Amino acid sequence: MNAPILSGWLLLGEWRARFLQAIVAVMAIAIGVALGFSIHLVNAAAFNEFSAASKSLSGQSDLQVHSKQKYFDELIYPRLAQFEGVRLINPVLEFMVPIPGDHNSGNDQRLRILGIDMFRAAGMSPDLLGVPAEDRLMDGLSDDAIFLSPAAMEWLHVKQGDTVQFNVGTQTLELRVAGGVTRARAGQRIAVMDIGAAQWRFNYLGLLSRIELKLDDGVHHEAFKTELEKELGAQFFVTEIVEQEARLASMSRAYRVNLNMLALVALFTGAFLVFSTQALSVARRRSQFALLRVLGFTRQHLMRQVVAEGIVLGVIGSFCGLALGYGFAALAIRFFGGDLGSSFFPGIQPDLYISPAAALVYFAVGLGVTILGTVLPARDAMRIAPAAALKSSQENNVIDSVSVPWSAIVCLSLALLLAQLPSVYGLPVFGYLAIALLLIGGLALMPRFAAWFFSFALYWANRRFSCGKLHATTLMVLARLANVPGQASVALSGVLASFCLMVAMAIMVLSFRVSVDNWLEHVLPADLYVRAADSGKQGGFLPDEQKFLTELPEFSRIDFLRYQQLVLDPRRPEITLIARPIDSADPRNTLPIIGEFIAPEELSGHERSIWVSEAMVDLYGYSVGKQIMIPVGNRLQSFIVAGIWRDYGRQFGAVQMQLSDYQELSNDMSINTAAVWLQSKVTMDNAYDILHQLPYGDTLEITQSQTIRDTSLKIFDRSFAVTYLLEIIAVIIGLLGVAASFSLQMLSRSKEFGMLRHIGITRSQVLVVLAAEGGLLTTLGVMLGFVLGWCISLILIFIVNPQSFHWTMQLYMPWDWLFLIAGVMLISASITALVAGRRAVSGSVIRAVREDW
Amino acid sequence: MLELRRVSKAYMGGRQVLSNLTYTLKAGEYVAVMGESGIGKSTLLNLVAGLDTPDSGEVMIDGVAISELDDAAATLLRRKTLGFIFQAFHILPHLTLKQNIALPLLLNDLPVLRVEQMLAEVGLSGRGNHFPYQLSGGELQRVAIARALVHRPKLVLADEPTGNLDPDTAHDILQLIRAEIKKNGASGILVTHSHTAAATADAVLVMTKHGLKKTEPVERE
Repeated sequence: MNAPILSGWLLLGEWRARFLQAIVAVMAIAIGVALGFSIHLVNAAAFNEFSAASKSLSGQSDLQVHSKQKYFDELIYPRLAQFEGVRLINPVLEFMVPIPGDHNSGNDQRLRILGIDMFRAAGMSPDLLGVPAEDRLMDGLSDDAIFLSPAAMEWLHVKQGDTVQFNVGTQTLELRVAGGVTRARAGQRIAVMDIGAAQWRFNYLGLLSRIELKLDDGVHHEAFKTELEKELGAQFFVTEIVEQEARLASMSRAYRVNLNMLALVALFTGAFLVFSTQALSVARRRSQFALLRVLGFTRQHLMRQVVAEGIVLGVIGSFCGLALGYGFAALAIRFFGGDLGSSFFPGIQPDLYISPAAALVYFAVGLGVTILGTVLPARDAMRIAPAAALKSSQENNVIDSVSVPWSAIVCLSLALLLAQLPSVYGLPVFGYLAIALLLIGGLALMPRFAAWFFSFALYWANRRFSCGKLHATTLMVLARLANVPGQASVALSGVLASFCLMVAMAIMVLSFRVSVDNWLEHVLPADLYVRAADSGKQGGFLPDEQKFLTELPEFSRIDFLRYQQLVLDPRRPEITLIARPIDSADPRNTLPIIGEFIAPEELSGHERSIWVSEAMVDLYGYSVGKQIMIPVGNRLQSFIVAGIWRDYGRQFGAVQMQLSDYQELSNDMSINTAAVWLQSKVTMDNAYDILHQLPYGDTLEITQSQTIRDTSLKIFDRSFAVTYLLEIIAVIIGLLGVAASFSLQMLSRSKEFGMLRHIGITRSQVLVVLAAEGGLLTTLGVMLGFVLGWCISLILIFIVNPQSFHWTMQLYMPWDWLFLIAGVMLISASITALVAGRRAVSGSVIRAVREDW
Repeated sequence: MLELRRVSKAYMGGRQVLSNLTYTLKAGEYVAVMGESGIGKSTLLNLVAGLDTPDSGEVMIDGVAISELDDAAATLLRRKTLGFIFQAFHILPHLTLKQNIALPLLLNDLPVLRVEQMLAEVGLSGRGNHFPYQLSGGELQRVAIARALVHRPKLVLADEPTGNLDPDTAHDILQLIRAEIKKNGASGILVTHSHTAAATADAVLVMTKHGLKKTEPVERE
C-alpha cells in the first residue's frame, strides 16, 4: 500500500477542511511548550549565572572551612596553614552591608563586601582582585579604599574616585571607590577591599567568614576533609564546591519545579484541546473511516492515520513552542530580570543559552502530550464497525470508552493514596501525581455523570410537564444531553478541566495570601520597627543605645530583637536565629504557634525553651519536646523544642528563643531591631521626628508595621504574578478547547439541524437549543469543576505547599472571584455555542440533509 | 467466483435474516438481488465483503473462505478483489475527484495512471481536480463507479446505487455500472428495490425467507 501518499492526502484534506481548528490545536501546544521552555530557560540561565557568580567568589579552592555561626576567630588560620597537604590558604571575610536610602521598596538594598588578602587571593580567586588607578597601585591595601564591580557601581551611581557611604551599627562609614572589580560577572553586585581594612572599618576585628584551601597534588580530598573536620570540632564544617552548588540548587529548586508544573498545566490543557479536536474529528469522520475500511484500510492503518495527524500537530506545535519559548525567555529576562518575580536570584542578568538536551525534552513533552491526546480518538477510529457506520450516523464514544466507573474510581483512589506519601528529594512528586490522577479520574467519570444528571433532568421535566406541555426545544436539549453523553462530555470536559484548574489555583493563592496577611498581623504587633545595621558580628544597637531608646517617654513599650544567621547543615541554606522577649505565660501571644506546645513551667529548671518554624520540622526533623543543640555564643547549647510556629518569611527555617536566654548564653548584649509601641497621644510623624533627632538617627531604618505588611503583600503578589499569568493562559487554552469542541460538534450536526429545519423548527429555535445545550453543559462543568478544583486545591494547600516550601496555611474560599469566573465561563461557553451554531444553521438546509457526511 | 454455502445469519434479539443460503456466482456474471426491506440483502453484501461474519456456513471468494479470515486478511482480500458502490455515494469530501478515484490504486500499490481513463469513462474528463461539493448527485455516483472499478476488482458490490437519484440519471448510472463491469470483466451484485434497475443485470435473484430464487430480468433497456 502506498501509505505515505494516502496518509498525506487524507491529512491535507482534513487540514484543508478544518484549518482553523488545526491551527488552534497547534497554537495550544505551542503555547504550552513555549511557557514550559521559557520558564526552564530563564530559570536555568538565572541559576547558572547565580551559580557561576557564587563560584567566582569561591575561586579555585579545593575545600572551604566555615563555622556554624557564620564568623569565627582568625586564630584558626595559622593552625590550618600548617596542616600537612595544604598548598595554598586564603582567608576571606564576607558580609552584607545596608546601603543608606529607601528600604521600603521590597528590593534588597544591601551590598556584599569581600575582605581579601590580595596576595593570597591572586593565586586562589583572581576574579576578585580590584583594579586600582595607575598612579595609586597601593590602593589594594588602603584602609579607606573599596573596589566595586561594574554592576555595583551602576547600582550605587558612583565611579572611580567617588565616595560611597555605608552604615555600620549606628555609625556612618565613608569609603573611596578606588577602582573596579572588572572580572565580576554581569549583574553581580559586589565590593572588594583589603581584609585587614574590612575587619577594622566594619568592626569584624579578628574574625573571618571562611578559609579557602588549595591542596597539594595527590592529596585525597575526602580523606583530608574528614580528618580536618575531626580536628576542627563540631563548630566547623568543611565543604567542597559541589556541596555549595547543591546548596544553591536546593534554595530555589522547589520554586523552579513548581513554576514548571504550572507551565505543564498549560500544556495539559493544550493536550486536552488536541484530544477534543481529534475526538470530534474522528466522530465527524466515522463514515469516512468506515469507507476507508471497506476500501481496504486495516484497523492499524486507521489508527496510524489518526495518530499521524496528531503527531503532525504535535511536531509543528512543539517546534513553534520552542521558538516562541526562546522569545518569551528573552523578553522576560530583558523586562523582569532573571528571577521571574521571586527573590531567589536578585540582580542577576543572565545570558540565555539553549541546551539541545533541554530543547529535545520540551519538544518530546509537547509531542508526547499531543500523542496522548490522540490515542483515545485513534483507538475509537480503529474500532469503527464499517457496515454499521456506513449505514447509520452513530455518534462517537471516545469518552464513553474510558468512562467505565471502575477506572475512574481506581484513579481517584490512587490519587487519595498518593496524596498520603511524603516528598521525594524535597519535591511533592506524589502530590502532583495525585492531582493528575484526580483530574483524569474526574474527567473519566464525566460521561456517566452527565448521562445520570441529564437523564434525571429529562425524567423530572417529563413528570413536571406530564400533560404534554413539555416544549419541543426543552425535550430536544435534555434528550440529546442525556442520550449522547459521549459528545456532550467532550465539550463538558473542556469546561471542567479549565475551570477546576482555575478554582484550584484561585483557592490556593487566596488561602496563601490571607494566611500571610494574618501571619503578618500576628508577627508585627508593634507600631514601628527600628533597625540598625550590624556592627561586625554584633547587632547595631549596643546596650547604651538600647537604654536611650527605652527611656524615651513617647514610647509605651519597646521589644528588642536579635537576629543571627546560623548554618546547621552545610548542604542546606542558613537558618535564622531570633532572640526576643517571648510571653512566658502564653507563648501564643508572641508567636503564631500551630498545634501543641510546652508551657515554660512544664520544663525543669535547667532546660531552656526554643520555638522552631515549620521548616525546621521538615528539614531537620525537630518535634515538640525534642532536645536539640544550637550554636549560641561560642559553643553548641542544648534546648527543648517548646512549640512550632508558622513562618512565611524564611523558607529554610528559623528558631526563636528568649532574648534573656540568648544574652546569658552568648554574652552578646547587642540587638538589631527594636519593636516600638507609641503612646496613645504620639503620632507617627512625632515618632519619626524623635527617632531622627537621635545622634545616630540618620543611620536608622524606620518602618511602620503597616508598610512592612503592604510591602510583603506586594512581594507576594509579584512572586505570584507569573503564576497568575500561567493560570490565565491555561484558562484561555481551556476556553479555546471549549470553542473548538462546540464548533466541531456543530459541524458534525449540520445534517441534524437541516432535518430540524425541514420539519418546521425555526433557525432561532435551533439557536435556542444550542445556547441551552451550551449553557447547561457549562453549568454542569462548572459545578463539577468546582468540586474537583476544591479537591485539587486541598492537595495544593495541604500537600504540595508544605512539601515544597515547608509551610502550612489555612483554607479560604474566594467566593466572589469563583462566581465571577463561573459567570464568565457560562457566558463565554454559551456565546461560543451560539456563534458555532450560527455557522452550522446558516448553510443550505437542503444541502445539509443531502450531504453524505 | 463467489460461492455461498449454507450461510445463516441472525441478529441480536434472535431475528433470523439469512437461513441456509446457498448460491454460486460465476465469473463475469452480473446479478441483481431484490427482496422486501429487512430480508437481509445488505447483510448478504456485508458477509460477502467480509465486513460481517455468518453464524454458520461459508462465503468463498475465488476459493478462499472470507468468512474464515481474520480482520486484516479479510481487509486485504477486500482491498484487492472487491469494488463498492453505495446509495449514499460516500465520496471523501476533502479529496479531489482524482484522489478519491486513486484510493484503491494506492491501497493496492498500483500506478495511478488509470485514474484519468476512469474519469473519462464515467464522463468526468477534465474535472479530476474538482472537489465533491462541486458535483451533482449523479456525478458523485459516477465518481463512486470509477472508484469501484479503477483497480479492476473481480467482484463489484452495489447497494441501491440509484436510490438517491432521479429516474433519468438513475438510468444512465445503471447503464454505466453494467457497461463498466462488463468492460472490466468483473462480476457484480446489484442490490435494489427497483425492477427497472434489476433489469440491467444478467439475472435477478429474489431473496425470500427460504433463500435466493433466480428469475430472468423482466425489463431491459
